[in-house]
Amino acid sequence: MNLKADNISFSYNNNKQILKDVSLSINSNEVIGLMGDSGSGKSTLCKIISDHISKYSGEITIDGEKISNKGFYPIQLIFQHPEKTMNPKWKMEKVLNESWKPSSDLKNTFGIKDNWLNRWPNELSGGELQRFSILRALNPKTKFIIADEISTMLDAVTQVQIWKSLINYCKVNNIGILAVSHDEDLLEVICDDIVYFDEINNI
Amino acid sequence: MSELPWYNRGLFSSLNLRQKTLLTIGLTGLVLLVIFICGMMIDANLSTDFTKTMKPPSFEHIFGTDWMGRDMFLRTVKGLSLSIVIGIGASIISSIIATVLAFVASFNRVCDSAVSWLIDLFASIPHILLIMMISISLGKGAFGVIMAVAFSHWINLTRVLRAEVLQINTSEFVSLSSKFGKSKLWIAKEHILPLVLSQIFVGTLLVFPHAIMHESSVTFLGFGLSPHEPAIGIILSESMSYLAMGAWWLAFFPGVALLIVVLLFDIIGDNLKKLFDPSEANK
Repeated sequence: MNLKADNISFSYNNNKQILKDVSLSINSNEVIGLMGDSGSGKSTLCKIISDHISKYSGEITIDGEKISNKGFYPIQLIFQHPEKTMNPKWKMEKVLNESWKPSSDLKNTFGIKDNWLNRWPNELSGGELQRFSILRALNPKTKFIIADEISTMLDAVTQVQIWKSLINYCKVNNIGILAVSHDEDLLEVICDDIVYFDEINNI
Repeated sequence: MSELPWYNRGLFSSLNLRQKTLLTIGLTGLVLLVIFICGMMIDANLSTDFTKTMKPPSFEHIFGTDWMGRDMFLRTVKGLSLSIVIGIGASIISSIIATVLAFVASFNRVCDSAVSWLIDLFASIPHILLIMMISISLGKGAFGVIMAVAFSHWINLTRVLRAEVLQINTSEFVSLSSKFGKSKLWIAKEHILPLVLSQIFVGTLLVFPHAIMHESSVTFLGFGLSPHEPAIGIILSESMSYLAMGAWWLAFFPGVALLIVVLLFDIIGDNLKKLFDPSEANK
């Protein structure tokens, strides 16, 4: 399958445009890296592609077809700060099962311990929470993953572990990944191809 | 030893702040419960004794007696329990209204402006006027007063809840939840309600004092409960005519008792707020 973003333009207010005619294409089974400076609009592009921002011009299509925004959205965004993406009054089990019920093998692959499931989000560290938000996004209905700086709070060893499990799962299940980061070294290791944000943004 | 603040000395020095808060809530709740239950057990038709009319406070009648020889202490307790019932009814109904409106406001932009308009409309009418009008149109009595107080006191809680719900609605976990295919109703019930529940609870308790005060004042003005019911407002308005004759105890003790009950509810509300929202306690 092929995810295509065509001529995306967006501005938060009328004075300054952030994205102008951005086009991007990702295939399933492919990991694309996106590099760019702070504040250049990478996260905004991620939110647009995953439909968290709706007022933009341009088109997002999968295999040439528009995506219905009813029901489960096939392009899932993993946010930079996991603690913001979890309801503080929910236990981790409910947080994880909001999307789907992963098998215990899969939980092990991502290093989620069973006794974490009975805790509140503020009782786990950022790295531990991020494993939950990654696994939560890997619903069987997910076709593409947008990973917006998902490993910035992890140490080098854990970064490798998590990326490895994520990429393995995605290769097996034919899920495409857009990996956004500042860290060129990381992207060079994990990605099939790297796109530079300044080159695709015609501003 | 003299360095320690008062609350860390003496009997309760071994308790921490949480235990003290719980103790305060428990004790005040107990006092209110005792007043309520005692009041319920007192027969509304108190015995009259015309040999003992207008007696000042004594050990036999600690709040004195009125012009029909009725014991003022019993009348006051009965009146307070009636006030508590009205307070419970009014504050529960008003917080239900507030919660429903706050969630309706979060549905879309049109609903939000409609609710904001409704808030402005009700806030622009003086409270006491609104209460009198609603009470009269509903035929006065306990039902009229409860409805009147409920329909005039949802405004503050609605404002707070609306802002809170709006803020939660922009959070990443709500946005993500809708991308997981969850409906707005599901999000409201599972995500938002647990987060605003403590606000609703505290809001309900803090409406209590207002409800009781307004019940008394509207009854005092003659637009509330009917004269045969021993409400505090009735007691106060009747005692007006005897004040000039020097019967100060008829108004003084019921008035002070009413104030104390109001204060007790306020204490419970404030302490519950501290318990539910610890960040608030540091302000």
